[in-house]
Amino acid sequence: MHPYFNEMYHGTDVRSPYARLQDWVSAMPAELRHLKQAEAEALFRRIGITFAVYGEGGDPDRLIPFDMFPRVFSGAEWARLEKGIKQRARALNAFLVDVYGRGEILRAGRIPARLVYQNEAYEKSVVGFVPPKGVYSHIVGIDLVRTGPDEFFVLEDNCRTPSGVSYMLENREIMMRMFPDLFRENRIEPVDSYPEKLRRTLASVAPTKCDREPTVVILTPGHYNSAYYEHSFLADLMGVELVEGQDLFVDGAFVYMRTTEGPRRVDVIYRRIDDAYIDPLCFRPDSMLGIPGLMDVYRSGGVSICSAPGAGVADDKAVYTYVPEMIRFYLGEEPILNNVPTLQCGKQDDLRHVLDKLPELVVKEVHGSGGYGMLVGPRCTKAEIEAFRAKIIENPGNYIAQPTLALSTVPTFVEEGIAPRHVDLRPYCLVGERIELVPGGLTRVALKDGSLVVNSSQGGGVKDTWVLAE
Amino acid sequence: MLSRTADNLYWIARYMERADTSARLLEVGSRISLIPSAHGYRSEWDSLLQASGMAEGFAKKYGDPVQRNIESYLFFDRDNGSSVASCITAARENGRIVRTALTAQVWDALNVAYEELRALERRPRSELQQSRLTEWTMRHAAMVRGAIDATLLRNDGYNFLNIGYYLERADNTARLMDVKYYVLLPRVDFVGSGLDNYQWTTLLRAMGAHRAFHWAYGGDVTAAKIADFLILNAQSPRSLKTCVAGIANHLGRLSKAYGQETDAQARARAMLAGLEEETVDRIIDEGLHEYLTRFIGDAAGLGLAIQNTYLGRARM
Repeated sequence: MHPYFNEMYHGTDVRSPYARLQDWVSAMPAELRHLKQAEAEALFRRIGITFAVYGEGGDPDRLIPFDMFPRVFSGAEWARLEKGIKQRARALNAFLVDVYGRGEILRAGRIPARLVYQNEAYEKSVVGFVPPKGVYSHIVGIDLVRTGPDEFFVLEDNCRTPSGVSYMLENREIMMRMFPDLFRENRIEPVDSYPEKLRRTLASVAPTKCDREPTVVILTPGHYNSAYYEHSFLADLMGVELVEGQDLFVDGAFVYMRTTEGPRRVDVIYRRIDDAYIDPLCFRPDSMLGIPGLMDVYRSGGVSICSAPGAGVADDKAVYTYVPEMIRFYLGEEPILNNVPTLQCGKQDDLRHVLDKLPELVVKEVHGSGGYGMLVGPRCTKAEIEAFRAKIIENPGNYIAQPTLALSTVPTFVEEGIAPRHVDLRPYCLVGERIELVPGGLTRVALKDGSLVVNSSQGGGVKDTWVLAE
Repeated sequence: MLSRTADNLYWIARYMERADTSARLLEVGSRISLIPSAHGYRSEWDSLLQASGMAEGFAKKYGDPVQRNIESYLFFDRDNGSSVASCITAARENGRIVRTALTAQVWDALNVAYEELRALERRPRSELQQSRLTEWTMRHAAMVRGAIDATLLRNDGYNFLNIGYYLERADNTARLMDVKYYVLLPRVDFVGSGLDNYQWTTLLRAMGAHRAFHWAYGGDVTAAKIADFLILNAQSPRSLKTCVAGIANHLGRLSKAYGQETDAQARARAMLAGLEEETVDRIIDEGLHEYLTRFIGDAAGLGLAIQNTYLGRARM
């Protein structure tokens, strides 16, 4: 028996959400599959869905490998996920409002105050300011993994500017173009309302001084950024301008963009730039990407910034441990989605346990991302483990550890045919006047045999993610 | 429209037109070098490079103008900002930045040119003939232009694209003429000779205007007829008058849409009025070179006014 939960096959039985895919895949000869795969790649290139990597040599326009075998959730499975994700997004925002306000959860001793107030991501310049509708994180990307039919775990929360949603939309677009029959045979919930919902969400948090239909813009670091395609794609689908810092300026109480007809006021900025860079007067003085004076306008209610500056304190890996506490504290509910049990190397007892069991654990840096700077114990050599042990001992507070999860697999097209590969899932929850979630998300797949790391920088690919209509 | 977006659109057009001109220069140079001349081949290539403002860069990198090196420099060389490869790459990068202001067809035309360029760069040079490279460039320039004309909304972005095209083309026409008249044939006693005629014909060919010229004028090719055709003839698609009229038209549309007249409109109108009153005789009297030099200066001034008024900070 395979130790991992296979989302399609239970022994030789096919789980019901995948029933029709069985016929589809068995009716597809290898030549057709290769042809379709090449067609998909050509489409991605033609549309220009690449992520640009500059300064590493080679082709600057890279494609994230796209696997045509979809990942499927039943309506019932999704309904539970949706509830859990929305619950979590609500709690995270309540936490942010609280810690920049009275800090009740800290006073109640449910979360150690130093984890928040001494956190690098805690933004002192917005203490006491409540953003419109009390929302700090307007797009919450929650990374989920699965280990069994009903076992889902939250791996991490992304409260700042989670990326990848353009792949969710384009993967679907390409699947519909290449396999229209599949969409006739299966009743698949559409995801293409995402940009419209995002626009509505952003418009719903217009600043207090905005007394008209708000002007929304996306702020990008520029066309050299690896996610530039996504920025321009979303701007296009929402029908809003894609601006760089140099296109915006502050005059008096408002922010304006430079247009061919002169200055035009901007009300909501969906920024894809880190806090540190958005205003050189308030944060990093060497930032060329930001807008001098932006924070003053923000704090006086002249412009909304999404996500709100300071939101990062909620998705810190050390704070993550306490999200179930937040759900109980603010919502009076039990968490629907569980955390992965997490050990904090900063705690003496936990550290001892981690160092004992290092070969069995996954260890991550508290502020790390992108699959870098982590140890996957069971897949490392003795020497690698010992090297990592030294790093942990040197700075224990910088690390957390989790058991190596038996990530679920989904059939995936590989060189030899079809084989199970490990996956995760990132849905994108929108928080504004309302909380909304389109039925789907980005499924990332570890294409290397046995690999548990799904990041695109580490050989990961993507799949279309289906939610079946009930 | 964002000023930066307008700027990107304007530069897409300028770069595509410039790629087209560099390819045509390559064609002129090759053809002229096929016939013997008083100076030998080398000086003529040198003249071409000088007229196009690329001589210094070339000399620094390659030294003597050898045909093969010149081909590399004009077509493939990324160090040369005006090479076909640089221009197409820059046009496509500008397009990538403003994808949202382009139709899928325009983006596709830019992107396909870029992808094919990269395929060309990977092929051995011995497989690539100069004439094929020129044709390839002109074909892709035409495809981008065609996609713009066929699919783009007639909004302000369309006006900025067209202004870019016309301004670049005016500048290029003036420079190409100047090459022929001033640089290639400096001695008065060559005027009207067989060589003179051959060079003029080659120039017309390079501008794709060879047949059009004969339909319009007939008879011998003379400097006066060519000057009329390339400067004053409103039917000629590359004449200075056509280009300036195009700029004035699209600037006029902008001022109407925005409800504001600026220095740019005034300059364009003054240039057009000048061209309308001009005669060939007077141009020849002033000296074609002097006339063209003045025109190139005026066009640069107009470009600067457009940049300052609509496009934000200047770039090269």
